[in-house]
Amino acid sequence: MAQIAERYVGTQVLRKEDPELITGQAKYTDDLSVPGMLWMYVVRSPFAHARIKGVDLSKALAMDGVVAAFSGADLADAWIGGLPMAWPVTEDINNPPHFPLAKDKARHQGDGVAVVVAESRALAKDAAEAVEVDYEPLDTVIDMEAALAKGAPLVHEEIGTNKSYTWTLTNGEIDKVFSEAPVVVKERYRIQRQIANAIEPRAVLAQPTPSTGELTLWTSTQIPHIAKVTLAAFTLGIPESKLRVIAPNVGGGFGSKLQVYAEEALALALARKLGRPVKWTEERSENYLATHHGRDQIQEMELAADESGKILGYRARILVNMGAYLMIITPGTPLLGAFVYCGPYGGEAYQVEFTGVFTNTTPTDAYRGAGRPEATYAIERSIDALARRVGKDPVEIRRMNFLPPFTEPTPSIGGLSIDSGNYEATLDVALEMVGYEQLRKEQQARREQGDLKQIGIGFSTYLEMCGLAPSRVLSALRYAAGGWDAANIRVLPTGKVVVAIGTTPHGQSHETTFAQIVADDLGIPYEDIEMEYGDTQVSPLGLDTYGSRSLSIGGVAVHRAAQKIVEKGRKIAAHELEVSEDDLEYESGKFMVKGAPDKAKTIPEVAFSAWTAHNLPDGLEPGLDALAVYDAENFVFPYGAHICAVEVDTETGAIEILRYVAVDDVGTIINPQVVDGQVVGGVIQGIAEALFEEAVYDEKGQLLTSSMTNYLVPAAPDVPDVMIGRHVTPSTTNELGVKGVGETGTIASPPAVVNAVIDALSHLGVTHMERPMSPERVWRAVQSAKGGASK
Amino acid sequence: MRHISVTVNGARHEADVEPRQLLVYFIREQLGLTGTNVGCDTTSCGSCTVLVDGKSVKSCTMLAVQADGREIITIEGMARNGELHPLQKAFHEHHGLQCGYCTPGMIMAADSLIRESDNLTDESVRLGLEGNLCRCTGYVNIVKAVLAAADETRSAAAPAPAK
Repeated sequence: MAQIAERYVGTQVLRKEDPELITGQAKYTDDLSVPGMLWMYVVRSPFAHARIKGVDLSKALAMDGVVAAFSGADLADAWIGGLPMAWPVTEDINNPPHFPLAKDKARHQGDGVAVVVAESRALAKDAAEAVEVDYEPLDTVIDMEAALAKGAPLVHEEIGTNKSYTWTLTNGEIDKVFSEAPVVVKERYRIQRQIANAIEPRAVLAQPTPSTGELTLWTSTQIPHIAKVTLAAFTLGIPESKLRVIAPNVGGGFGSKLQVYAEEALALALARKLGRPVKWTEERSENYLATHHGRDQIQEMELAADESGKILGYRARILVNMGAYLMIITPGTPLLGAFVYCGPYGGEAYQVEFTGVFTNTTPTDAYRGAGRPEATYAIERSIDALARRVGKDPVEIRRMNFLPPFTEPTPSIGGLSIDSGNYEATLDVALEMVGYEQLRKEQQARREQGDLKQIGIGFSTYLEMCGLAPSRVLSALRYAAGGWDAANIRVLPTGKVVVAIGTTPHGQSHETTFAQIVADDLGIPYEDIEMEYGDTQVSPLGLDTYGSRSLSIGGVAVHRAAQKIVEKGRKIAAHELEVSEDDLEYESGKFMVKGAPDKAKTIPEVAFSAWTAHNLPDGLEPGLDALAVYDAENFVFPYGAHICAVEVDTETGAIEILRYVAVDDVGTIINPQVVDGQVVGGVIQGIAEALFEEAVYDEKGQLLTSSMTNYLVPAAPDVPDVMIGRHVTPSTTNELGVKGVGETGTIASPPAVVNAVIDALSHLGVTHMERPMSPERVWRAVQSAKGGASK
Repeated sequence: MRHISVTVNGARHEADVEPRQLLVYFIREQLGLTGTNVGCDTTSCGSCTVLVDGKSVKSCTMLAVQADGREIITIEGMARNGELHPLQKAFHEHHGLQCGYCTPGMIMAADSLIRESDNLTDESVRLGLEGNLCRCTGYVNIVKAVLAAADETRSAAAPAPAK
């Protein structure tokens, strides 16, 4: 009898990840220790720019319990090359060397200059304080525009400039469109620098096996597979087969652990040199200096339009702060947003130009959304500016510029072919949820009363591209690696299933989500499916987790591997049931003879037969396992409408978020609770970007926001609840119909919040707010609009 | 070195510690209870929160020697006889965690909050957990989980209604 099978996809299954996390049994890297383990501590430059004239290690080396100490020069022969940079975005990019320790010159505060190894954590730190470095401080350059000016101090003298590259994308007759357009708005925005603040700081443990030359590296990373290839082949010069990289439980990443770091290379090199395990755990204050930062752009955004506000052209000229060195995808990070400066809107011409600039600051690289939050901010702010210019409501200007609904791939002026979209539909849902008409009435009433607390409504109707990435597209963009991912499903003889995946979770619920897919595909109970990941020996094929790629690439690989299991299973079932394969129907883990559903074999039964191999079809290999490697033909394109309603105190500058509505279309939903969790987490992180967070340097390159006490990571009372709505247009890029959800929140929310605050104050003449929108900035904007004099 | 005697999750431990040793490193490295995490060096994040004599304390702000003679509960001591604590269950059911790194500290802080407050609301839970940072969840599901656990704790503790 065929029974109605339980479906897992689309339902709220509780997470597989939780039991060990809620009981304190999960192991993060710093929880690990091995016999004979030594501790490493990195001596860091207190200066943002200084010549290293000498490093005296003698006092440190004389201390009890200190095993070794090295300067950058001492370790020069440990490397065959610098730390990896995988995205030379132009042929003529300046990519100066970046070694794990600086030798001649420190180029940002926190640049490593020496390393100490001792018998305990405390001893290593004590000894690091005894290292004496003779520095000659040099003039610093922090501001990007100053860095490009003639005569600026050079971060890297050997290249003779602080410019790394200029990358341009042009579609259509851009100059003609702009010179003939009746309306042109030109805006300038500053995207402040941010610090990711994953709550687990980084940690590294390197263990050598001297007899075989093997090295095992446990590291808190998003990218064990990429770290393995690059560290072995480009930095350490050891056979890749001798290096095993393991990412155990990882306590958040947000892009900051999408990196190959100096401390990983140092721990490996020292473990190799000393023949003993070496561990390093980052302190939070170190994290602020030595873990890469995110964002940091100066944008000039122009829109060309007709008198009605119909957009004809988009032109963005953007300076991007690289920091002191190019790290793994530092130069490529802005390119991830290069194609969505037009949002979900139409037009005739498009141009984006990025110039990468070196400064004496911590290097930048991916931070949740990477390039797309910046692009979305530029378009969603400037479309409001256009609305003000042509006298339209922000809803109306968006409606008239949206691409019409489509369910087949459709070209955008940004140069992409978009999988599916119905932009107006998400806006309609969001307007309904937020109570738009009522809010506008309330706003009007308060304006008429001259209320000290004014209401504003802000929109962000964003278009994201994610699912990194089609390997051929990455090649065209000069990225050094591919964008495929892999899954290997093994159906064990007892019917239990183990899936080795190539993506590397750090909070996103891969174990749960992927098990839901397999459970439906193979008719195996959810509880009987386990995921293996984050270990290059256990799941050797993979390209890790970033850019909202895990489900739309890795999840599709899991699904395809399951299809291969079914294909092989069908052969075995047909043979055992003595029918042809065509006579079998497959549903929810069961092969049934057509017209005689009592004659059936389940996947576990077939798996057992495949294991005994007593009665397999001629020529068929025993065992029931399958590997699938999936390379997408296209990206996936989540989109949605976010609306933020704020109350702004015009006397104090305080902002309160009254309502925040997020309506996202992320394609087919596997687990609604997990998806909502990703949306809310991202939205709150983006709200913090708009309101609270900024990494601030002084002119000497000292990081003023140097700890969690003065860089405002929001706590629970600082942030609102989020109302979530949903719209689903399945992606046409993959057979699961899935898009990505990890970054929608940080991409969408900052402009919604800033637009809301500007809207609240627009009747006073406020048209611009710098972010983060501190009460002081709001108050100054109000004063300057009122008096015009306090600028 | 100083000699201390501490009860942790019901078990008594005698140990010699450096006077500068922080309680969190004593718990993690000397007792091997690594469920209590370290997320900062400025007492900002709350990942290291434990109960000391029933009250939540950031164990990076206390020296091991100050714990002499006191009773400590860590996340490992919350489940009893294989039965999850109501807060652990609620965090699981309400998806109150993603990467899980802040979770032990969050649960310990919430446990203290529930025992110290009569009538928790969304707002008072948010204020009560102000010292614990989470970067993944945006707090919404954490607040839900704590309110649900508070309800369950209260209904379990309440006497049967009189007829």
